[in-house]
Amino acid sequence: MVIETAQPLLPIAIVLVVSVLILLSRERPNVREFWSIAGAVLTFASVAMMVPAVWQGHRLVYTLSSIAPGISLNFRVDALSLVFGIVSSFLWIFASVYNIGYMRTLKEHAQTRYYLCFAVAILGAQGVSYSGGLFSLYLFYEIITLFTYPLVAHHQDAEGYAGGKKYLVYLMGTSKGLLLPAVILTYVMTGTLDFSDTITSGVFSGGADSFWVTVTYVLFIFGFGKAAIMPFHNWLPSAMVAPTPVSALLHAVAVVKAGVFCISRVMLSTFGTALLQDSGLGLLTAYFVSFTILAASIIALTKDDLKARLAYSTVSQLSYIILGVALLDKSGVLGGILHIVNHGFSKITLFFCAGAIFVASHRKKISDMAGIGYAMPFTMGAFAIASLSMIGVPPVAGFVTKWYLLNGALEIGNLPIVIVLMASTILNAGYFVPITFKAFFTGNAKKWQQEGIGEAPRTMVIPLVIAALISVGLGLFPDVFSTLIGRLFG
Amino acid sequence: MEKYLIMNPLDFPILSTIIFLPLLGIALILFMRGEGAIKVTALITSIATLFLSLALYAHFDPQTPLFQFGESLSWIPRYRISYTLGIDGITILLIVLTALITPACVLCSWTAITDRVKEFMICVLLMETAMIGVFCSLDFILFYVFWEAMLIPMYLLIAVWGGPKRDYASIKFFIYTLFGSVFLLVAIIALYLVNGTFSIPEAMFRNYTFNFQVWVFLAFAIAFAIKVPMFPFHTWLPAAHTEAPTAGSVLLASILLKMGTYGFLRFALPITPAASFTFAPYVVALSVIAIVYGGFVCLSQTDMKKLIAYSSVAHMGFVTLGIFTFTQLGFEGAMLQMINHGITTGALFLSVGIVYERTHSREIYDNSGLGRIMPVYVGFFGLFAISSFGFPGTNNFVGELYVLVSAFAWSRTAGFLAVVGAVLAAAYMLRLLKAIAWGREDKRALRDMNLREIIYLLPLGVFVLWVGIFPRPLVRMMENTLGHLLRQLQGFSH
Repeated sequence: MVIETAQPLLPIAIVLVVSVLILLSRERPNVREFWSIAGAVLTFASVAMMVPAVWQGHRLVYTLSSIAPGISLNFRVDALSLVFGIVSSFLWIFASVYNIGYMRTLKEHAQTRYYLCFAVAILGAQGVSYSGGLFSLYLFYEIITLFTYPLVAHHQDAEGYAGGKKYLVYLMGTSKGLLLPAVILTYVMTGTLDFSDTITSGVFSGGADSFWVTVTYVLFIFGFGKAAIMPFHNWLPSAMVAPTPVSALLHAVAVVKAGVFCISRVMLSTFGTALLQDSGLGLLTAYFVSFTILAASIIALTKDDLKARLAYSTVSQLSYIILGVALLDKSGVLGGILHIVNHGFSKITLFFCAGAIFVASHRKKISDMAGIGYAMPFTMGAFAIASLSMIGVPPVAGFVTKWYLLNGALEIGNLPIVIVLMASTILNAGYFVPITFKAFFTGNAKKWQQEGIGEAPRTMVIPLVIAALISVGLGLFPDVFSTLIGRLFG
Repeated sequence: MEKYLIMNPLDFPILSTIIFLPLLGIALILFMRGEGAIKVTALITSIATLFLSLALYAHFDPQTPLFQFGESLSWIPRYRISYTLGIDGITILLIVLTALITPACVLCSWTAITDRVKEFMICVLLMETAMIGVFCSLDFILFYVFWEAMLIPMYLLIAVWGGPKRDYASIKFFIYTLFGSVFLLVAIIALYLVNGTFSIPEAMFRNYTFNFQVWVFLAFAIAFAIKVPMFPFHTWLPAAHTEAPTAGSVLLASILLKMGTYGFLRFALPITPAASFTFAPYVVALSVIAIVYGGFVCLSQTDMKKLIAYSSVAHMGFVTLGIFTFTQLGFEGAMLQMINHGITTGALFLSVGIVYERTHSREIYDNSGLGRIMPVYVGFFGLFAISSFGFPGTNNFVGELYVLVSAFAWSRTAGFLAVVGAVLAAAYMLRLLKAIAWGREDKRALRDMNLREIIYLLPLGVFVLWVGIFPRPLVRMMENTLGHLLRQLQGFSH
């Protein structure tokens, strides 16, 4: 059932108000950070309030304004929206707490700007989640790009500007140059930018010119540059010049997930599984992103900088999500979308750990971390758990994804995809296991004691430990999210 | 006459009042001595005109495609020249835009103009009368009088209060525009000889021979292409924009450039429909060239005003592109972009004026790194800069979307080339914005915007966001007029 209600606007409105409050309390840091945390909690609560209706199979819709015939600024909440909405709002709570420890310990400058842009980026992520059509989606997608730029270039040094420039060129270049024409071609061919009601039938009619449908599809896939599909992935490692909480929430969760969410949304709600199946575009996409999955993992093997290795791991893992959706069968789509949650929690843990290590020891390179497990047992323990999730070891969250994806590939009897998934698992193990091994089983504890290095501040350690535990919880109880996502299939 | 004109339903001639109210202000100013009194009088006059135009907006009937609030007096009966006024869905918006921009022009000159204040304010108010007169006239001679009346005060604004190269810029502006006007006059006389009247509505949609249409269209096209300005007639624009005082740049960018595209919509299309269709591919090609060329030129500018001036060439390319792709969305997009460009580019020139008063330089480098020093200013500037390159959620995005849809429907190639221009726009505007916010580290003593400056930028900022999210009320004002025009055109397409 379709329920018309302004409820989808509530989380967005809350973040908007919080952004203003952050700006107004710029002279009082404690009040300012209070607004961040309170805002995150309230936002999550307002998202959670929408779960029961969607759980029962309803869809919430709201139209704020009409832009042109067939184009409106509209919102809709279904299972797909909620998955991303829950992840980005819930993890914002963790990030808000973690931010305090990180930013204050390192005495970062321009903190009000930082918290403001952080909040607006979340506003963008929330808006993307609940978009009811391509107009709203494009609007919020661009808001994320614009307001994460000051976060990437936060340090305002040569490195920051270079990373920020690359970030804008890739993301704004793809969105203006590829995504915008894709949106317009969709409108020219179909007369609407709204999403379709079911995931099987898209908005394109049978009579649509297949050449231009294919062109539009390709423009969409590359236009969402945030999904970091090769060859448009290079901005992500460069964006690692940002403060680590930014890398953690935004570049492991909100920004990149906005990219894969948008691609999933367009595949399911603009093109529809039927068209992608018949035209063979689905399978083509699966093969194409398989390259990214493997290539990014191989590059990750060569990186000694911890954040760079995590960044390439993200590039690889994002394509898992698209791969799953591109399989177009129930297991594949379920596994792909589920990975938005699973990867979100595990990767934010890993980045939180990287940040904690940097704050406590000022170390960035993996080769300098021998024996760091003695000094920072909680941090590195959480790191170990989360990296198991990345590899896909039971009972941690990532295993569930891999289970569904393998099922999906086997159901359609596609051997190459099965081989890709297996090879990727080995590669993942290849670059994650050595880090844990080095941390706990090499080096010696004395060296770290002499340097006086211990755990990072509690506001950082607690969020990362909880995030790691949730990763385990998601692996042990996978049914919650998979039942929710199952609602997509009617 | 009644068949196209609905007479004014109000108990006073509202159009004449709006047109001549600024002249009344000028009459008062002529007798004043104190600069303060002169400025206040100019401000009150322009604000009164704004309120009257808003009343006009409120009483406007968007349902009918006919001209409204009609006034008609015989003037020179021998040649059937009459004083006929009337507005439709196209002009109502342009009148409100003019009335909104003029008070901003008065306010932005409050402290910036110290020399010959009296003459300056007279020029600004004279401009307002002439500009609104152009939009209201339904008689060719009346129209031409107002059209030429814009030229003198604008020339003076540049030549007297302009920058260092004002002599060159003002004479170039004058010669180019006058050159175009001559062609317009030739077209008007040719039409008179055929129709025996100077009535504009009576000249529309008549079965002129194709040959006649071609010649009249070409005359119109030269006159209007210079005003727009379309590539390759644009070279007067950067000079004039750059050297003019802030108020002059704003009037030029916000209103005067719209005279050309207004001319295409009001004259070229309805009077020479068959020729318009024939020449459409060439106009589209020139529009796309303007969009891409404007973008590339902007990338290499170091002068803020020059950059914004060249960006106008690209923006106006979107307007002509929308008009000559002949769809409802294209027309509406073109109209929206005329208004949006008026607001956004006007606001950008006002912003440059604000910082120029503090640093006395238009160079990007001299005005960069203001993020910490003038945060409010950078906030406003940022909003207008992202609006300028069509960031979603701002007014320009909606207009560009309309035009691009129309362009893609017309020709995929034209559409993709226009998209290249949109990418370039993002590049040069974000580059400018980054420099203004973060370009330099050194500390300078510059005060942030004062209340007067906030007062004239705030309404423009609200407009940018409001129209970006709620564009339909604006579109509703024009959709019947434009739909009617399109249907008439389609009837004459062969």
